[in-house]
Amino acid sequence: MIKILEERKEQVFNKGKDSFEISCDKKSASGSVSQRACVFCGSRVVLYPIADALHIVHGPVGCAVYTWDIRGALSSGPELHRLSFSTDLTEIDIIHGAEKKLYESLIGLIDYYKPNACFVYSTCIIGVIGDDVEAVCKKVSNEKFIPVIPVHSEGFKGTKKDGYKAACEALFKLIGTGSANDVGKFSINILGDFNIAGEIWVIKEYYKRMGIEVVSAMTGDGRVNEIKKAHGAKLNVVQCSGSMTTLAKMMKEKYGIPFIRVSYFGIDDMANALYDVAKFFGDANILENTKKLVKEEILKIMPEINFYKEKLQGKKAAIYVGGAFKAISLIKALRLLGMETVVVGTQTGNKDDYNDIKDIALEGTIIVDDTNPLELSKFIKEKDVSLLIGGVKERPIAYKLGIGFCDHNHERKEALAGFIGMLNFAKEVYGTVLSPVWEFIPRK
Amino acid sequence: MNNDNKTKEKEIKATINACKLCSPLGASIVFRGVKNAMPLIHGGQGCSTYIRRYIISHFKEPMDIASSSFTEEATVFGGESNLITGIENVIKQYNPELIGIATSCLSETIGEDISLYVNKYLRNNIGKDNPKIVHVATPSYSGTHIDGFHKSVKAIIETLVKEKINTKSKKINILPGFLSPADLRYIKEVLEDFDLSFTMLPDYSETLDAPIWDEYKKIPEGGTSIDQIETMNNSVATIEFGKTISNEFSGAFFLEEKFGIKRFNLGFPIGIKETDQFFNILEKLSGLSTPNKHKLVRGRLIDSYVDGHKYLFGKKAVVYGEEDLVIGITNFLFEIGIIPIIVASGGNSGKLKDFIQNNGAYISNNEINILNGVDFSEIEEIAFNLKPDLIIGNSKGYKIARKLNIPHIRVGFPIHDRIGGQRILHVGYNGTQNLFDSITNALIEYKQENSPVGYSYI
Repeated sequence: MIKILEERKEQVFNKGKDSFEISCDKKSASGSVSQRACVFCGSRVVLYPIADALHIVHGPVGCAVYTWDIRGALSSGPELHRLSFSTDLTEIDIIHGAEKKLYESLIGLIDYYKPNACFVYSTCIIGVIGDDVEAVCKKVSNEKFIPVIPVHSEGFKGTKKDGYKAACEALFKLIGTGSANDVGKFSINILGDFNIAGEIWVIKEYYKRMGIEVVSAMTGDGRVNEIKKAHGAKLNVVQCSGSMTTLAKMMKEKYGIPFIRVSYFGIDDMANALYDVAKFFGDANILENTKKLVKEEILKIMPEINFYKEKLQGKKAAIYVGGAFKAISLIKALRLLGMETVVVGTQTGNKDDYNDIKDIALEGTIIVDDTNPLELSKFIKEKDVSLLIGGVKERPIAYKLGIGFCDHNHERKEALAGFIGMLNFAKEVYGTVLSPVWEFIPRK
Repeated sequence: MNNDNKTKEKEIKATINACKLCSPLGASIVFRGVKNAMPLIHGGQGCSTYIRRYIISHFKEPMDIASSSFTEEATVFGGESNLITGIENVIKQYNPELIGIATSCLSETIGEDISLYVNKYLRNNIGKDNPKIVHVATPSYSGTHIDGFHKSVKAIIETLVKEKINTKSKKINILPGFLSPADLRYIKEVLEDFDLSFTMLPDYSETLDAPIWDEYKKIPEGGTSIDQIETMNNSVATIEFGKTISNEFSGAFFLEEKFGIKRFNLGFPIGIKETDQFFNILEKLSGLSTPNKHKLVRGRLIDSYVDGHKYLFGKKAVVYGEEDLVIGITNFLFEIGIIPIIVASGGNSGKLKDFIQNNGAYISNNEINILNGVDFSEIEEIAFNLKPDLIIGNSKGYKIARKLNIPHIRVGFPIHDRIGGQRILHVGYNGTQNLFDSITNALIEYKQENSPVGYSYI
């Protein structure tokens, strides 16, 4: 029998049965095998796809090596982000401090790789040995004439969300340092896309067809010089709201740039993401282009989508992902395929997010914050789902029980955003749910 | 042999694409090899999550590692209450027989006194059915995952093995080191074929390579039982694989020093010579000669060496990974005529060169570059100049193979870009046969693919 830990009881909610407010935004319970990582992870995942910057992890080797080239974030040019740089601290450095090692590492790396900026990630131990990372960064920046930005990502200083915030603060230091004179009036920044499997290229193409200029996609196929002039854009379009809303708010306050929240997953949300931008600018041409685009794209994929829907009708699914906005999109996308979500959870959802999920979820759905493998295995078995959507850490939970799985995390190599992404998603779900291998599964 | 590690990139202080992992990873794998045990990393939440993800991606199995989830308060005032809550919650959820606590760089640096916390916990819970608790210090700034692995084996033995009971046992201990589940299964089969009873520590042959389940297992079945471990001092001998293990981190050395149990320290049994050594010792310990089944495998292996030798002679290989695996593979390459032009490890025991035994008259010593404590950027740079024909090691060397457009034979850990890493057999006559076939066929395939003719008869 798998029991829910006492301190987690308010983080597990059964719609139609429970009436409390879901408890969230708190540290993971000690001894619970949380699927979350740490502050460092939050910063690292957000900044990672900036491909012409040098990302160096200041600490012992582990944190750098576990995050080496693990994401599907593609670049159309430089690929500096796919290398792993670490100061690889040893006992001596811990005893005597490692500022000199960091300094020398940075100088050597900058001379060799000639990056357009450096991000220096502090790991747990830097917070304890007291290196003045800020001062080292400033010194190197002055000597090498490129931005060298400290990221305050000590693992223990909060949750993954605090890491997102540290990444936003690091980006904010770059924004506004370049000239935005050439930015036009129908211009946007895309926040919170990471160009997994080339998704940003799909999205950018849509905006281009609408007549919208993308100034910077920040972290999707990211470039330092684009980020520097991001303050010139007239609107911030925030996807993956969990990680980048902080930056959008900071930019609104300093540069007066309004922001909207969107999702590129599923047909409805994708179409809305385009329409919302078109409506913001209120230009007749753009609106017309958008309508045309949406119609074309939907017509292109619907026949195939309908084929999959017929096959998948009535199957049940569970979702456990990082951000809540994505979870909601996935519930809708699954509905489009005739599937109902009966378990849904996130690592970093907040109170508003969970209220939104409660609204859209069916009666009897289990809604869960910061779950662990034992709970998740219990829910997916009890609810008898045919599909779990999650990341690498969730995959064996599904597979060991003989349940289909779709990877919707940063490691995936399939593009799932955009209209074409919806079709890829449908194919992937179909391919796992209807595989003949389940015939041999012993689970009753 | 050439031991000059200087490269252009080495002038850079930073490590670029490390060829090693951190210590708590090794500890986590060892604890997963004890029956009904749970690993717990005393540190930030990320350590356990990252290590889980890394291990899961190789074994394709669930890998639960608890975390004490360090906070800022814990960092300032000490992590006692986090650890105690962690232990309590692990017991509530998993009901393990053993909890293996690995301390991270953070908790080690702030000077956590784990034995004090644990003793206090046990005192406050007298009369309860408490699990055994083993602590191992695994700060990531000290050594690599292999050090964490060996230290954990030793810590388990030190904690659980108590007074010697004098029984007339013919049991042996086997400490296999960081091998694949398939390797562990093979070694067990060999020992059974010699009619030996044994305790293997760790044994994750089932826990990290389980069949499909009919219901979710909180802790996967299998692993070395605590009873078996507690009586390791009644064995007649300990066989330990891994030439580079220091006495300080060796469970076998500990058992010999404290209980007088004979220690046989062997290299990884890869290749005929090293495997013969292993079988010789088994013959001695069991009083039996090698079963015919294994003699036949050995004979077929030599037969295949002959069949394949012309495809291999003089080919240049890059070998990298954990030191003991690299030593095993390299000495095997000497048997079949391949020149290991680069023998590299991120590990830094300083002993790598001592155990690379170039007995091949066909190779001059200065063709072999032995590199201790290096990263992949250095391996790549040297490899680029030496124009190797193949590269042998884990998935992380793929980028080098791709750049050089040469075959990559995947061995060891991690295998993140193929399925079946847990089923790769490296050791014994059977494992050597598997490696031999993989290497030979990779070279034949390369020649075939790059030939303008495309023969289907080679």
